[in-house]
Amino acid sequence: MPVPILKQGGILIASIQTAVTDQDLVQLQDDLADKVGRFRSRGVVIDVGALDVMDSFATRTLRNLAQALKMRGATTVIAGIQPDVAFAMVELGLTLDGILTALDLEEGLGMLTMPPQEDGHSVG
Amino acid sequence: MSDDARVTIQRDGDIIAARQKGRDLAAQAGFVGSDLTLIATAISEIARNIIVFAQQGEVSLSLIERAGKRGVLIVAEDRGPGIADIEQAMRDGFSTGKSLGLGLPGARRLMDEFEIVSQVGKGTIITMRKWTR
Repeated sequence: MPVPILKQGGILIASIQTAVTDQDLVQLQDDLADKVGRFRSRGVVIDVGALDVMDSFATRTLRNLAQALKMRGATTVIAGIQPDVAFAMVELGLTLDGILTALDLEEGLGMLTMPPQEDGHSVG
Repeated sequence: MSDDARVTIQRDGDIIAARQKGRDLAAQAGFVGSDLTLIATAISEIARNIIVFAQQGEVSLSLIERAGKRGVLIVAEDRGPGIADIEQAMRDGFSTGKSLGLGLPGARRLMDEFEIVSQVGKGTIITMRKWTR
């Protein structure tokens, strides 16, 4: 089942609703790269709150996606990683270094709509 | 035992089926909370390994008991190309280019016991166990 993508102002929201297949994730990658260009979006929030497993494939795909979207001029926030999932990822040796993360969708949206701070501190 | 399950792995959706069955079985064994996620994640890694390297295989899941402790036994079996250098494959970061190289060593860290038997040209059998605390 493809991941639905919503447009809210200059931000795209991809809400992963249920366990996704590898194919769905690859599809999401293509869809977001396309829509960022079409809607001239500056920010993307990927809500993974419904995922009960983030294995090495899912993590690598989301990390690559965030890096590719950055090259297209958009900032990506991965939001809603569940506590158990976070521990399993750490145990696996997976990281999201250099990728913005947020507790949930609301926080993620906040990070993208907050004006950049003058003193050089990164938001979040 | 009637609750034991075998899942044929031949497309990416089967990975999800295998880990969901594993989570259900682990809950029956008495695992709770984060252990369920660790087990499901380990199953995801070894099932994906089958798809990527052998195209198809099977994951079987069963309840086990030893010295009064309950647990789950997970066996992943394929007739793929096999692994020539297991020590290398089990090293963090070693990758044939199709992955991060964290799948097998990662799965080993998530479980209590992990054995791998592989023969080049014949296939690979991975056996993992986790025990309730």
